[in-house]
Formats: sequence, C-alpha cells, structure tokens
Amino acid sequence: MIDPARHPRAARFTAMMLKETRQILRDPSTFLIAFVLPVMLLFLMGYGVNLDATSTRVGMAVEDDSGAAGSLAGTFAASRYFDVVETGSVQELGDRMVAGDIRAIIVIPQQFGREVAAGGGEIQVITDGALPNTASFVAGQAEGVRATWAAQRASDHGMAVAPPIDVLSRFWFNPALASRNFLVPGAIAIVMTMIGSLLTALVVAREWERGTLEALMATPIGMGEFLLTKIVPYFALGIVSMTLCTLLAIFLFGVPFRGSVFALFAIAAVYLVPALGQGLLISSALKNQFVASQVALLTAFLPTMLLSGFVFEIASMPKLLQALTYIVPARYLIPQIQTVFLAGDDWGLFAPNMAILLGFGAVLFGLCVRSTRRRIA
Amino acid sequence: MTDPVALAHGLTKRFDGLDHPALDDVAIAIAPGEMTGLVGPDGAGKTTLIRILAGLIDSDAGEATVGGKPATAQDRNTLGYMPQRFGLYEDLTVRENLDLYADLRALPHGERAERFSTLLDFTDLARFQTRLAGKLSGGMKQKLGLACALIRQPRLLLLDEPGVGVDPVSRRELWAMVSQLAGEGIGILWSTAYLDEAEKCDTVFLLNEGKILASGKPGDLTGRMEGRVVRYSVASDRRRVLREALDKDRVIDGMVQGDSIRLLLKDGAKAPPASEIGASGEPRQARPRYEDAFVDLLGGGPGGTSALAARYPEVAASDRPAIEAHGLTRRFGDFTAAHDIRFSVGRGQVFGLLGPNGAGKSTTFKMLCGLLTPSEGTGTVNGFDLRTARADARQSLGYMAQKFSLYADLSVRQNLAFFAGAYGLDNSEAQEAVGSAIETFRLDPYLDSDSGLLPLGYKQRLALACAVLHRPPVLFLDEPTSGVDPIVRREFWSHINGLVERGVSVLVTTHFMDEAEYCDEIALIYRGEQIATGSPDHLKQEAGTGDAPMEDAFIALIEQSDARREEMEAA
Repeated sequence: MIDPARHPRAARFTAMMLKETRQILRDPSTFLIAFVLPVMLLFLMGYGVNLDATSTRVGMAVEDDSGAAGSLAGTFAASRYFDVVETGSVQELGDRMVAGDIRAIIVIPQQFGREVAAGGGEIQVITDGALPNTASFVAGQAEGVRATWAAQRASDHGMAVAPPIDVLSRFWFNPALASRNFLVPGAIAIVMTMIGSLLTALVVAREWERGTLEALMATPIGMGEFLLTKIVPYFALGIVSMTLCTLLAIFLFGVPFRGSVFALFAIAAVYLVPALGQGLLISSALKNQFVASQVALLTAFLPTMLLSGFVFEIASMPKLLQALTYIVPARYLIPQIQTVFLAGDDWGLFAPNMAILLGFGAVLFGLCVRSTRRRIA
Repeated sequence: MTDPVALAHGLTKRFDGLDHPALDDVAIAIAPGEMTGLVGPDGAGKTTLIRILAGLIDSDAGEATVGGKPATAQDRNTLGYMPQRFGLYEDLTVRENLDLYADLRALPHGERAERFSTLLDFTDLARFQTRLAGKLSGGMKQKLGLACALIRQPRLLLLDEPGVGVDPVSRRELWAMVSQLAGEGIGILWSTAYLDEAEKCDTVFLLNEGKILASGKPGDLTGRMEGRVVRYSVASDRRRVLREALDKDRVIDGMVQGDSIRLLLKDGAKAPPASEIGASGEPRQARPRYEDAFVDLLGGGPGGTSALAARYPEVAASDRPAIEAHGLTRRFGDFTAAHDIRFSVGRGQVFGLLGPNGAGKSTTFKMLCGLLTPSEGTGTVNGFDLRTARADARQSLGYMAQKFSLYADLSVRQNLAFFAGAYGLDNSEAQEAVGSAIETFRLDPYLDSDSGLLPLGYKQRLALACAVLHRPPVLFLDEPTSGVDPIVRREFWSHINGLVERGVSVLVTTHFMDEAEYCDEIALIYRGEQIATGSPDHLKQEAGTGDAPMEDAFIALIEQSDARREEMEAA
C-alpha cells in the first residue's frame, strides 16, 4: 500500500483504480459487454455470416431447340457457380423468382442457334434487383459461362480463335477465400470498439448521474487524474477481451495467425487509445448514460461495422462515403489486424496506421480534458 | 471573534432558462466552531451557494473565499462536503467507501485505524462495514456520507440538506453528531428546508428566491415576533374557527395545533377576542418560531377562505366511509412494503399517513388509488371496491402525486385541458372547470409557459388544480407541500380545510410534523407496519410526550416500536 502522506497522488490513483476495478467486477453488464457479447459476435461472424462465392439457385428458360442452345444449357447445368433448379417458361420462372425460390433466370432466346451460326448469340439474364450484390454477381458469372462455352465451341469446330487471355488467379494469404478468415479478425476490431467506446461512454456519465462525481470534485483529485483512472482499467479490459477473442479465433475457428504476438498487442494497444478517448469524450460531454450510449453506437460502433472496410470494401463505396471513412479510426485498424493474422508482421503497413491512430487519440483526449472541468455548471 | 472559515459577498449566479437569478448579491460568513444554518424553501438557491463554496460552480459576480483562498483553489484535503445524494458508491461496501475517501483526502496510514474506528463508532456503522452502501437504509447512507466527508478532520463542512428524506430519529441523531463536531472547532454549514432546524443553529442565513432575507442569531429574529403569537383553545370545528380568524385583517398567519389554533398577529395588532372568531378560550401568549418570522418577512400568509372551496359542490352525505383500508398488504419478493394497513376515513375528514421515506406510505397510497394490486386485503373509495369497481373508484378520486407528474413540456393551459379531457368532462364542463381553475389558483401569468419551468409553488398549485378539475368527493395528496415556502403551504391547507368543510374527504401524506396537526386522524407507518393510529392529541398521549410538538410524539412512538421489535427478535 502506498502511504498518502508521502505520495498523495499515487495513493489517490491506486485507490481510484481499485474502486473502478471493483465496480467493473461487480457490475454484471460490464461482464456482459466485455466477455459475453464478444464471444457471441465471434460465433456470429465465424459461423453465421458467409460471404463466400457459392452456387446460386437459378431457373433456365430454353426457348430455342437448336443444338447450340442445348449445349449451352448443359454448360450452365454443369457450372459450379449455378444450381439450375427449374426449367420452364420465363413466365413460370418469374413466379418462382418472386417467391424467392430462385435468384435469377437465364433465358436462351429463340433464334439463338441461328445467331450463333452467324457468329453472334446473345443470352438474357434476368436477375433479382432486390439483392443487388447477388444480381451483379450472377450476371457476371453467366456472361463468363457463355463466353467460355463460345470459345470452347469455336475451338471444337476447328476455328482459329484468338486464344483468350488465360487468367490464372491465385489468392495469397487466404487461398481458400474463406470469408471467416477475415471476418473473425475484423470482429476483434468491433469488440475493441465496444469496450473502448461503448463501455467507457457510460462510465463518466454514470458518475454524473449518481452524483458521485460531485463528491469527488470536492476532494483533491484532479480531473486529469480522474480520467486516467477511467482509462487504465478499461484499457486492460479491452486487452483481455481481445486476447480471449484471438484465442477463440485461432483455436476454435482455425483462423491462421502468421504475425507476431508482439505486433498484435501493439496494434490493439494503439487502437484502444482513440477508442477510449472517444468513449470518454462522449461520456464527459453528455453526462447522461442513455444519450451517451446512443451517441457511442452511432459514432463508434456503426462506423466501425460499416465504414471500416471490415465487411464492405472501401474502394467500392461511393466517393463521399470513402471520404468519410478517413475519420473512422477502425479504418486504420482493420488492415493491420487482417495483415497480422493472415500475412504476418509488416511494419511498413503498421507504423503509418499506428501514427494516425495515435494522432486521433491525442485530439480526442485533448477535447476530453477540456470538457471535463472541475465544475458542475 | 475568530476569522470565519468561509466568506462570500456579492455572489450572483444566473442559469440559462431561469427568469430570476439563482443567487442575487448574496453574502455569507461561516465561523469556526459554529453551526451555521442555510435555510429556505426548494429553489431558493441553497445548493448553488454550497456548490460555489465547494468550488464546484463559478459565480457570475462576487467573491467566495475558503481559508483565505478563492473557493476554487482551496485546500480540498480539509474540505468536508456532503452533496444532497451523499456521493457514495453504492456498489462498494461501507469500508471500501471509507478507504477510497481516505486515500483521496490523503489520510496517513498511521492515523487510519484510529480515525475509522472513531467514525464508525460515531455513526454506529461498525457492524455494517462489509455491507454494500446501496443496501443501507436512507438514514445509514446519510451517516456514511457524513463519515466520508469527515474522513479527515475538515476545517469547513458543507452539508446540503442532510435532513431530507430520512426519518426524524436519524435526523436528530445526525444533528447531535454534527453539533458535536462544531464543538471541535469545525465551521459547519447546514442547509435545510425545515424551518424548525433553523432555531437550533448558532447563526442562520434565510435564503428566498436567491436573496438573503435575514441573517443573524435565530433568536434575534424570532425575538421580534415576541407578543405577536397567540393560542386559543377550540372545542369543536377548529377548521372553521381558523378560517374565520385568518380572514381578520390583523391576523397574518395561523394554523391548527392539537385542540387549539395558533395565530400570528400583524405588528402592533391586538389579538381578537375569542367570541369574535368562535374560539372557546381566550388568547394565550405562545412562543414564536422561526417560521413566524419568515412568514412575517414574506408579508404574511393568505386569508382563510379558499376560493377553490367556495366553488366546490357540497359532497352528498353518505353513511358509508369515503375511504377504507382492510388489511392492505403488499409484498415485493420477500420484502413486505406495507403490512396489514387498516383505517377508515369518514366524509369530510382529513386523514394523514405519516412516516419516514420508504416506510410504506406511498405503497399504501398506490394500493388505494388502484395503481398497485394488494397482495392481501381490500380497500374501497367512495364505496367502490378496488377489486371489482376500480374504474369507478378512480373516477371519484383526485390524485396529486408526490413528484411533479404533469406534462412538463405542455403549457399550463394545455395541461389543464388535457386533464379535463382525461377525466371525461364534456366541452362546456371542461371550459368551465379550466376557467375556474385558472382563476382560483391565479395561473393567468403562466398560462402559456411550459409547466416544467414554473416556480415550484406554481407547479404544486397546477398539480392540485388538475387533480380537482372533475370535482371528486375524495382527494389523495402525496406530500403536496414538500419543499414549498410557508406561504404556499398555508394556501394549500386553507384549500384542504375549505374542501373538507364542503364534505370532501382527504388522504394526505406529509413529512412536516406541524401539518399532521391539521389531520382529524393519523396513521403512523414505520417499516411497513402501522404502529399507531388516532387523533393528533391521542397520539401525543399514547407517546406520553404531553404538549410537546408532534415530532416528539412521533419519535417516541418509533422508539417504542423499535424496542418492541428488538424484544420480539430477542425472544
């Protein structure tokens, strides 16, 4: 124990940290947000969400009875991108699409055989615009199948076709393209945001609401000290929770971990700086737990989910949203954490991102200290 | 005289959205070794002043110094401050709270054991060291709050309404503890809305609407009232006698006290003879109180005639009681909030429920309003059984909740119109009722203001106006006068007395013991049990406290009940 008579500041600091830690341990909701929710989120990302390309259920309307049409239909049926579950008229298949049984209709129109013979041969792909991602995916794949078929057919007929460019794709770092491998590390970013911003958004507001801050302000503790005693325990909580998630990711979900443990902790620690700063700023500025939690959800949790490149690729966002992502701290975390899991240590990537995150942190803490004065009104 | 510990002058503070300043050119001095009282109704500016002295609010003008330094730069190691909500961490134990504040105020380890044992002894909390602060009773929380504020012998101790919401026994104990501290040379500021507490202070600052109305020894002020307070014995019809007396020009205030009435006379006026007001005994001089001086400073109370009662329809006579409680019991889990409550209120009677916060008064109230279903027992209102005719029972009662429960963001006019509609008045009835409410309660200046921004007195008036729009024969008033100044309190009681004369039956809760004297009958509720029932004089006899104020009877009865409980637990 530190004797306050000789080191008053250190004694205050340890006493407040002890108090904060006790409160964390006694509050079931903290436990819920720090441990139960992350595990649930990880399970959801690991098992529930799957962004992998698999076969799409489609209907096939063959309106031409030429050999070419039959052959193309056969190619579609054999394609691993498509699962032809129905054949029939466009009308009938339209009803099935409305019912949601199929995602697209591939129409091989009348005259297809004749057009092919004449060197053409268009097909029609009707897709469900309500699911734009699937729709564009299906349209692209269908065109690919047709082109492959046409090339094959040309070479079969001994025609000299310009050899198509042979694209050999090889995916590095995530060869199986399992979405789990990048979703689970991404989920760790979400978890740290929840603890860093959502949980801390509540803590200062709680002291305001319960009137305990008023009593604290009448003691010698400085407001900077007070904020620091809020940061340290939640920083520790964030690191513990991150470790738990990492262990689950590696040992339960089999996500590869190719970087170093040191890099992982460094990345996490640096990210927690702006996350905690944001949470504390929200909390001390708003002084009300309910409003603070809503603001934290809107300004920390949702941007991390939607604008960090975790689920939606930033490069394919509209320009305005892309610009917006630059002020989302998680944007600088996601590439680091995915790299440390799937590729390995790359300090050339880590260092600039870390610098930006620390910059964010400095600004947020500056604002935080300014908004927490030792005054009630 | 020694130098004051804290000194302030010219303090002015405005808050956004308030039309008058919270503090207006306030000066105060707190001397060491003295109990300084800061007295005034809610909204007077007491908390703002205390926070400025604690260095937690900057004033707009003026200067506050503590120990010779500006309040915001004072030595916080020797400041003891207990905010209204005590500032305890409810999820820490008693001991952990003490440890925390000891570290924060840099109490050396060597002195800790001795200081803790002194404080725990002093507050009688030694047995509860491992209990979570959130699980303590109101009185115990208050004592722990005090212990935390005293963790290092302070030079200045600021207590923001320490007596609110705790039972009178705890309040007295706290007073005794704090005045002992004054003996050790600490300067103490004790803020309170109870004017009777002012009389016990060494120096009193009387604050009203942000201004200091009076300061000095309480005796100096009450001394000026000497000879102006008289008592009359009244054999029957005390309410009518009081009304007639209050309507006299030379009487500026008055109230019922047991079997007599007590009047405050205009400066230099002679007491009216008994025959003139219908009293049965001639006037006797009575000891003036601090409240009399406050009322005098405010220019006297309202007259005795209630404009509300004058327009109220006479409630038809009935042989059934207006309100009955038959063994009402309510349990929440294994906690019994109210146990076997029984009473009956006749037509045209005032029945009081008295007890500390958390004793079970509001639970009983809510059961009788039909807002809470009893675990056992039944009740009736205006003859309607709460189990079978709940809607009829509700329609025949007017309910004024303890906290302001009107729509704060609706204007006064909109609130009245809404409640007229909610009680099912048709258009012409509603118009008439709203018009008469505005006139009766003098709400004109505020008709289009948001109700939430009204001064407290007007909020309470509006709440009562809404509760009586449909002219109910039964009124339920839950602490209607809590926190308002004595003038508004008198006005409320003149309405209540007037309505009762028209045959309305009133069930009321209050924590002002002097108000209990207005009741025809009182039930004392303590820890969920009804420990005594009877007329005020009957209770005083039962308590064996004679002519002493009601609070003494109340405390004696609570102590008797505690003794019985301990005996039973020992057996």
